[in-house]
Amino acid sequence: MQHTKTQDTLVGLFVASGIAGLFFLALQVSNLSSFVDQDSYAVTARFENSGGLKVKSPVSAAGVKIGQVSSINFDPKTYQSIVTLNIYSQYNNLPEDTTASIFTAGLLGEQYVNLDAGGSDSFLKNGSKIEITQSAIILEKAIGQFLFKSAEEKAQAKK
Amino acid sequence: MIELLQFLGKATRKSFKKLGRATFFLLEIISGIASVIPRPRLLLKQLYSVGVLSFLIIVISGIFVGMVLGLQGYYTLSDFGAEETLGVMVAASLVRELGPVVSALLFAGRAGSALTAEIGLMKATEQLSGMEMMAVDPIKRIISPRFLAGLISMPILSALFSAVGIIGGQLVGSGLLGVDEGAYWSQMQANIDFEGDIINGILKSLVFGFVASWIALFEGYDAIPTSEGVSRATTRTVVNSAFSILGLDFLLTALMFGDN
Repeated sequence: MQHTKTQDTLVGLFVASGIAGLFFLALQVSNLSSFVDQDSYAVTARFENSGGLKVKSPVSAAGVKIGQVSSINFDPKTYQSIVTLNIYSQYNNLPEDTTASIFTAGLLGEQYVNLDAGGSDSFLKNGSKIEITQSAIILEKAIGQFLFKSAEEKAQAKK
Repeated sequence: MIELLQFLGKATRKSFKKLGRATFFLLEIISGIASVIPRPRLLLKQLYSVGVLSFLIIVISGIFVGMVLGLQGYYTLSDFGAEETLGVMVAASLVRELGPVVSALLFAGRAGSALTAEIGLMKATEQLSGMEMMAVDPIKRIISPRFLAGLISMPILSALFSAVGIIGGQLVGSGLLGVDEGAYWSQMQANIDFEGDIINGILKSLVFGFVASWIALFEGYDAIPTSEGVSRATTRTVVNSAFSILGLDFLLTALMFGDN
């Protein structure tokens, strides 16, 4: 009898450690913890070009993550990109004239939406639209412009 | 020339025959599972010998695989100045691939070969036919509990392998090589998806557990009942399990991670 009892204990320990391992993976390793129990409200913004923005990209204000992108759609009428942002409910006092811009974290990093608070007295709420937006900077375009410009300058200097 | 063709034909016929036997065997195992549930003690005993006894080898290998990933990842990533993403690299490769695959290979070597040898010897010493004489179905009594134990143990072992490996990677990465600990974890959390990565990894290990236990039990049950036959069956278990695990891994990866 003693033998089966130790066996029971060891099997119990084994299964428990497996569950603990799974919990560890779920909470510590994956992004599950970051959007569990987070109530949020949706705000849309139109961008001329949303660049490499992806669903679940972070939305941040002053460097703090306050939400994430929930969907990105193309509007066939205005040829713009409609980005829906889910902002956590605890940040419900963003002014209505907040500016949304798409930035890149580092030179080659992930793209994210940055919100710059405006000065209005009324706040963004579920379903609001962010009117003032700034598109993603496309690196290739910027480099192209720079090369073109520097070539032009050189040509002028020769004259 | 004709002989060669005959040989090829015979080999094909034999392997199809074997595949057919294995399929019927699997159906019998699955229908036998229902009779395991009222007798949890049988399952518990097998969970001990299949799962608990594989625990140590899984944990130790997991730590070392994680540490090697940490080292190699650091050397490669530091060329690009991206040491901070070490956590993502270690966790993604462990959770998606190495955790399920390496733990399944170890499982086939550690538990699968033992299962084959055990059942092959039972057959060789006529214990199985003895049971049949006593009107005890050896499939329900011997095979199904072992199969179920393998199916349950595999995801647990694979989750443990990944978890321990990630900690091992962190030990080397931030303990030895100086990657920032906060960056290691936060980058990992930002980039590893629960459904896409972890659940898929667990699903993979379930499939591997299914296949590895099936092969091990079938080879044992189908072994020629001599000492040489059992030894060959044990070898075949390890070889066939390794092939199937790696081949299935390719298929599953293509299915699960193909669209992103």
